[in-house]
Amino acid sequence: MNKKKKTGYAKYGYIFTLPFTLTFLIFSLYPTLYTAVIGFTDLKGIGKTDFNFLANPFENFQAILSSPTFQLAFKNTVVLWLCNFIPQLLLALLLAAWFTDRRFKIKGEGAFKVLFYMPNIITAATIAILFNALFGYPMGPVNDLLMRFGFISAPFNFLVKKNIARGIVIFIQTWMWYGYTMIILISGILGISPEIFEAAEVDGANSFQTFFFVTLPNIKTILLFTLVTSLIGGLNMFDIPRLFQNGGPDNATLTTGVFIYNQAFSGSYMYNRAAAASMIMFVIICAASGLLFWLLRDRDEAKLKKEIKKREREMRRAGKGA
Amino acid sequence: MKKTTSGIKVAKVVIFIICCFLAVLSVMPFVIMLVNSTRSTTEIQQHAVSLIPSNYLFKNLSILLGKTFRPTVGFMNSMIISVCSTALATYFSTLTAYGLVVYDWKLKNAYFSFIMAIMMIPAQITMIGFYQMVYKIHMTNHLSMLILPAIASPSMVFFMRQYMKPALSMEIVQSARIDGAGEFFIFNRIALPIMKPAIATQAIFSFVSSWNRLFEPLILLTDQKKYTLPIMISLLRGDIYKTEYGAVYLGLAMTALPLIIVYLALSKYIIAGVALGSVKG
Repeated sequence: MNKKKKTGYAKYGYIFTLPFTLTFLIFSLYPTLYTAVIGFTDLKGIGKTDFNFLANPFENFQAILSSPTFQLAFKNTVVLWLCNFIPQLLLALLLAAWFTDRRFKIKGEGAFKVLFYMPNIITAATIAILFNALFGYPMGPVNDLLMRFGFISAPFNFLVKKNIARGIVIFIQTWMWYGYTMIILISGILGISPEIFEAAEVDGANSFQTFFFVTLPNIKTILLFTLVTSLIGGLNMFDIPRLFQNGGPDNATLTTGVFIYNQAFSGSYMYNRAAAASMIMFVIICAASGLLFWLLRDRDEAKLKKEIKKREREMRRAGKGA
Repeated sequence: MKKTTSGIKVAKVVIFIICCFLAVLSVMPFVIMLVNSTRSTTEIQQHAVSLIPSNYLFKNLSILLGKTFRPTVGFMNSMIISVCSTALATYFSTLTAYGLVVYDWKLKNAYFSFIMAIMMIPAQITMIGFYQMVYKIHMTNHLSMLILPAIASPSMVFFMRQYMKPALSMEIVQSARIDGAGEFFIFNRIALPIMKPAIATQAIFSFVSSWNRLFEPLILLTDQKKYTLPIMISLLRGDIYKTEYGAVYLGLAMTALPLIIVYLALSKYIIAGVALGSVKG
């Protein structure tokens, strides 16, 4: 009786998850496969939808991988991500350590959190164009400030210098995201059992020791979460470089996201090349996140899980036998 | 002993100053933007930074609206997309989570692992295939193509499941069944109200991310009447606004100010939501 009832309800599990499944199949899985297929075809030209498979199926992939522009875009993407993620994480860790340390009770902590997180909520398109205006030449606000305080005597054209343009994009990304990372790290640190900190205090650990040997190891999972989400976001960076300078000057801020967009939706509308580049990025993202998970996996926990599973299997076998 | 307390005092002052500096850095660009939106282009060219508003707001507005920038159109389209996709995403994510929590079915664990796996797939990667598919069925300028995919929001399902597991007791579901309630009735009338706090948090983030989205709308929408706000913003970088600094700042301010106000009003919940998402995620 009991068992029959259970199977009676089981069908609702499928029914309730059906809308998700269908939407995923139509709007996510099909486009992914379609993108992969287009990568092997000659599909290009505005408004074209029909295609033929290429005689050399990997032609697009080879063309993309050997394209100096794609290589530059990939290099830029990695550099822009690394140079914003590292300072962002360090700043967030420092602030999180300060905000969670009971000895400093920082005045206005709540207000600081609200202000640090604010840039993250504003439309990236707005921010990109705002910074383009702020660094404007000859008379943008940054030039105005620098001249008023006497740092420079004549206006400086920031936006045509490659490394400065890169630096500004890196600054925007860091500025937009360190507040988010900080809040996540704070919640991670607050989630650590206070007893561990008390034990460290009893053992006479100073703040540096506590931070490096107690706090950091205990927020490893959250650091991994931050790292992986930031990596995926970083490898897809589009809005800021696209609207700040459209990948310029001289492709200095061209990311793979902007590259793919430009391949498919401007010039000669090479959907096939863009699709091949998308798939290459897809593989890179999967490989990179997989590698991070593997590198930072909790070895003890993995062992424990294996052990539990083994026990369960044995129990089941024993149960069946009896 | 005294030395360490004074050391802490010094540290506190240093930390406070650094925090103030970062806070100014967060606010300054927006302050410059707001003030400059009231100043004329000539004033901005003389001194681009000023804390005193001028009286060119309406002149800037008429310059801004005299060209291709249509904030009301963008606002309405963004509103339609964000409201509808947020409603769909929260409802169906809760429904999917309910299916995963309440019922015992064969593929349940496999399905959950599958949701975890696809959480990492960025939509951008599949965009070429998506565009081709939508183009083939002649739906490129339909907002629905940007709304319907929200039904499958893997990370929200994940969050809802984590929240629902401890919050929804099976006894309530069982007793409702005994009273003769159907499964959908139980979900809509009992589970949904219990999930309200989680839905509210997720709704804020879903709304903001869909409001700010640029990539997908930029590709699918070619009709000016269908442009979303981020696409409208991107027009401000075009040549026609090149010398109209005041108007550009005003356009940016019009798009940022509503978000800033809503954010400051809801900041308590938003900050708590960010923190919550990380612990659960």
